Amino acid sequence: MNETKIEVQKLNAWFKTTHALKDVSLTVPKNTVLAIIGPSGCGKSTFVRCLNRMHELVPGARQSGKVLVDGQDLHARRVDPVDLRRRVGMVFQRPNPFPTMSIFDNVVAGLRLNGIRGNYDEQVEKSLRQAALWDEVKDRLQHSALSLSGGQQQRLCIARSLAIEPEVLLMDEPASALDPIATAKIEELIHDLRATLTIVIVTHNMQQAARVSDATAFFYLGELVEHGPTEEIFTNPREPRTEDYVTGKFG
Amino acid sequence: MKAHTDKTYDVQLDDLRNKLLSLGGKVETEIATCMRSLAERDSVLAEQVIAQDREVNRMEVEIDEACRRLLVLRQPAASDLRFITTALKIVVDLERIGDLAVNVAERAIDLNQSPPLRPMHDLTKLAELCQKQVRAALDAFVDGDVAKAEAVIKDDDLLDSVYHNLFSELLALMMEDPRNIRRANSLLFVAKHLERLGDHATNVAEMVIYMVRGTDVRHPGSRNSKSVPP
Repeated sequence: MNETKIEVQKLNAWFKTTHALKDVSLTVPKNTVLAIIGPSGCGKSTFVRCLNRMHELVPGARQSGKVLVDGQDLHARRVDPVDLRRRVGMVFQRPNPFPTMSIFDNVVAGLRLNGIRGNYDEQVEKSLRQAALWDEVKDRLQHSALSLSGGQQQRLCIARSLAIEPEVLLMDEPASALDPIATAKIEELIHDLRATLTIVIVTHNMQQAARVSDATAFFYLGELVEHGPTEEIFTNPREPRTEDYVTGKFG
Repeated sequence: MKAHTDKTYDVQLDDLRNKLLSLGGKVETEIATCMRSLAERDSVLAEQVIAQDREVNRMEVEIDEACRRLLVLRQPAASDLRFITTALKIVVDLERIGDLAVNVAERAIDLNQSPPLRPMHDLTKLAELCQKQVRAALDAFVDGDVAKAEAVIKDDDLLDSVYHNLFSELLALMMEDPRNIRRANSLLFVAKHLERLGDHATNVAEMVIYMVRGTDVRHPGSRNSKSVPP
């Protein structure tokens, strides 16, 4: 087993009085993909947002417990959240490129914001190649990001996240707004990125979770019901609630 | 058992289950009829078995199609996946049991044309055991009953020992008088078909355990010899 990249200990999260996550503990080994599944409102997104301290940005949000990346507590006083989000990148459900910027500028936005100088050309090509978008955009890097299709925009956002060389990539429903071909490209990308990154992906699409992940965690009503090897979760889950969810017997 | 959110999925799964049971019922009848044909020296019964097997073959194809449809349309998981993959496997065993009953029926037609050898008590016993095994395996499947399935697997030893006794008995008959050879040989085939039939019942029982528990109990010796993917 790989060394632990992310360790979550007794994590609780609230939105004002709503208890959104209840005593969640799990670990994610380095260079693996963890899929988070569960019905809407089960705490999946809240969970990933705790992994890069985005949860605390919501007014009235609180949390307790520990999240450690490489053994370092994210909530330790000396951890700068901006620096942390450089190490722990995130891709959202809707592609959100900066609309007024070119493709090129979108990719380097993170580098510029972080005051990183250097040969941007090289970094842009590398990131776009990693995001499997280079061949489609190499001749129009100065075009607006909005000239791209939805699937391309999503891969552009992934390239933007990759440009700052994160160690962990959080993906919140990255393919739910995309067609099957664009989805397949994103899934292939997840497979390739595993070599250098640790990935946590939230998805409503169970077949997608089954295809892309090494381990799967099933959340329900803020609880981590079951966490185990993906194959086991989808062929022989231990918990009746997981069984009901993956076979479609909920609600 | 809890229902699926999409009720038509339950209807399709029930339909598959019922088709398998109906196929199971048909092959059970085939075994009983082919043995009666032998005991009562009635070749008309044997012809019935041969005719009925065409229906068994048709049902095998129909069940295969139903499984494929469910796999592609529902992308089943967990217990549903295990049920459908079990169905795909046991349908083959049930169809083979039907074929073996036909083989016995063909031997019966042949044997019924010659005067009978002396009564073979072990053959009757073997046939009864086979029928019991097939019925128990199907019951285990319907009830998802692991204990019953385990009993089927265990009782196969009993069936094998009856077969071996019968084998010795028939061999002795052949050595006693060369005129017995043709008939004893045919009976030996019948015994062998029945013994194989019992093995298929065991296969069904093994799949039932997989379906219920998710653990594969087949070939316990080869557990750690997983092939390495290329």
